[in-house]
Amino acid sequence: MSVLVDKSTRLLVQGMGKTGQFHTDKAIAYGTNVVAAVHPTKAGTTTSFEGETDHSGVAGRDDTYSVDVPVYATVADAVAETGANASVVYVPPPFAADAIMEATAAGVELVVAITEGIPVADMIVAKRYLQGTGTRLVGPNCPGVITPGECKIGIMPGYIHERGRIGVVSRSGTLTYEAVHQLTLLGLGQTTAIGIGGDPVNGTSFVDCLSLFEADPETEGVIMIGEIGGTAEEEAAEFVKAEMSKPVAGFIAGTTAPPGKRMGHAGAIVSGGKGTAAAKIEAMADAGIVVAETPSDMGEAMVRALG
Amino acid sequence: MKIHEHQAKHLMAGRDIPVPLGRVARSVDEAVAAVRPLIEESGNPVVVIKAQIHAGGRGKGTFKEFPEVRGVNVVTDGIEGGPAAAEEAVRDLAKKMLGSTLVTIQTGDEGKVVNRLYVEQGIDIARELYLAVLLDRSTSRNIVMASTEGGMEIEKVAEETPEKILREEIDPAIGLAGFQANALAHGLSLDGEPGKNFAVFVKALAQAASDLDTDLIEINPLVVTGEGQVMALDGKMAFDDNALYRHPDIADMRDDTEEDPAELAAKNAGLNYIKLDGTIGCLVNGAGLAMATMDTIKHVGGEPANFLDVGGGATADQVTTAFQIITKDPNVRGIFVNIFGGIMRCDVIATGIVEAVERVGLEVPLVVRLEGTNVELGKQIIEESDLEVVNAGSLRDGAEKILELTT
Repeated sequence: MSVLVDKSTRLLVQGMGKTGQFHTDKAIAYGTNVVAAVHPTKAGTTTSFEGETDHSGVAGRDDTYSVDVPVYATVADAVAETGANASVVYVPPPFAADAIMEATAAGVELVVAITEGIPVADMIVAKRYLQGTGTRLVGPNCPGVITPGECKIGIMPGYIHERGRIGVVSRSGTLTYEAVHQLTLLGLGQTTAIGIGGDPVNGTSFVDCLSLFEADPETEGVIMIGEIGGTAEEEAAEFVKAEMSKPVAGFIAGTTAPPGKRMGHAGAIVSGGKGTAAAKIEAMADAGIVVAETPSDMGEAMVRALG
Repeated sequence: MKIHEHQAKHLMAGRDIPVPLGRVARSVDEAVAAVRPLIEESGNPVVVIKAQIHAGGRGKGTFKEFPEVRGVNVVTDGIEGGPAAAEEAVRDLAKKMLGSTLVTIQTGDEGKVVNRLYVEQGIDIARELYLAVLLDRSTSRNIVMASTEGGMEIEKVAEETPEKILREEIDPAIGLAGFQANALAHGLSLDGEPGKNFAVFVKALAQAASDLDTDLIEINPLVVTGEGQVMALDGKMAFDDNALYRHPDIADMRDDTEEDPAELAAKNAGLNYIKLDGTIGCLVNGAGLAMATMDTIKHVGGEPANFLDVGGGATADQVTTAFQIITKDPNVRGIFVNIFGGIMRCDVIATGIVEAVERVGLEVPLVVRLEGTNVELGKQIIEESDLEVVNAGSLRDGAEKILELTT
């Protein structure tokens, strides 16, 4: 078991530009089942991918791969023709929220939005559009979702992952890699690693992911990596305290961030005294989460939390 | 992106949101020239002269050079002396304010140099209120926030008397509904004409937030005049940088003199840089890791000199620019490069570092921690170069090493 994505995930790609093609190639090399792409003017063609297999991914494959991905004009067509059940969005910022809504309208179960720089107002509308549908959005402005050895959606390096026992959820890309790398070196591995993204409006929250990991029998513990801005970590801490039976470790970035400054991520800002690292760390410690002092200690914190 | 009060009021006036009459002045003569027309148009002999900087607390702030002068000054000389007396008083104030440094609770001790003034008609104030439109991250919607405590800092009100803050959520598909505007008016005890005026005002403001892609609109104070008009006496607007592409007129309002020159240079090079007060410069890929690198430096006993995220696909040129920006800071006594190569390969970043250091000519110690894709190749490139570089195994190890080398 794992959460969100596995061997049965049939991925379609929205936004097959240079970035989309690069990462689609890596995903296929890892063993992800990419079944379709959507492009308004290239419908009816196929995009070919071939190269050397990434053997850190899905096991038991040949050393090389050669895959032709059919291109459709709309997400609805792609879903009807291929049965795609997940989508990854590499569409440029001005059109990305629309792409998310298109995938939602077509009934795609999981939409992973990698795009950074989507206007907040667009995401407010997209999130309203998602309400009451069966679609889950992960991101935007995130590295994606990976279940090691089964399915990689997004821009994370596949080889640092190893299938194991720990769920990872994070607002930051490179800090996710740090945590994953440490878990791999410690032999704990990951069930699924989810980047929920650094924007102020995102689809899936810490609480959503913690709840998924709590219900997943393979996951034995969770690392959550937060940062300054908003109150999502405080809400997660409350959830951990009230609902979680599994041990949780964590880290919060931005203890030294000056107030009122946006620290790279659109959502990473302390404003009006709200969203400080200190408040988040306190709430997490209070909920029994083992909080790492530095990112180098995240894996060790997980070991301590597991007891 | 932040804009000045006079620009925010200009945008509001263009959307029929009531603001006082006013004129912007970049020189003493322009300030003086604004006085007579304002008095004639408004019929009020009182004018107000306000420093324009991107920071709040101007009313209570004072100038370093002229401690007796505040950031906002009400000029009443016109009541008895007529427009000529008002002009002289404005001339005297403008001379002191322009080019001087205003220190407020939000500027820090260094203050901000005032390059422009706003001269406004005097307003007969009956009540002062607070009004804002901002994102509520927990619901992913904009909300209107209102309070009877105008003129006070909203954070203080939220802490001491949270019951005095009213909230209405804006449904993006509907906008602020009429009943919500009325409920806010009622909550603020605004009845009759002022209540109606307020409802029109707040609906227009909510619409402006949506149309203009603001991060924040804050009117503090919003005033009810003696005649029952509702008017923005102050106006603060900040915009979503990611949406500026669809508002070129607003993007043009950027005042580069309000930004830190190094931060501006970094932004133009596609880098995320924020200057801090410490001595250890950092160059990192990824915003979260960049923050965590600063935190770790602090944790081991050092002080970070900056936040710098080179992003996921930095080029050798960008790395060079990053080194130039970091080394320009005279406080920097050492640099810590921390890279977790995902898609960005370590050998590429290592080549970038070597090239950059050769071009920039580094005079302070350098610690490099590389991890991730092609890490061995990256380390080899650095070792084979002529650079004096200390390799670090982990983030923590790197932070400790650079601290040792700089103290």
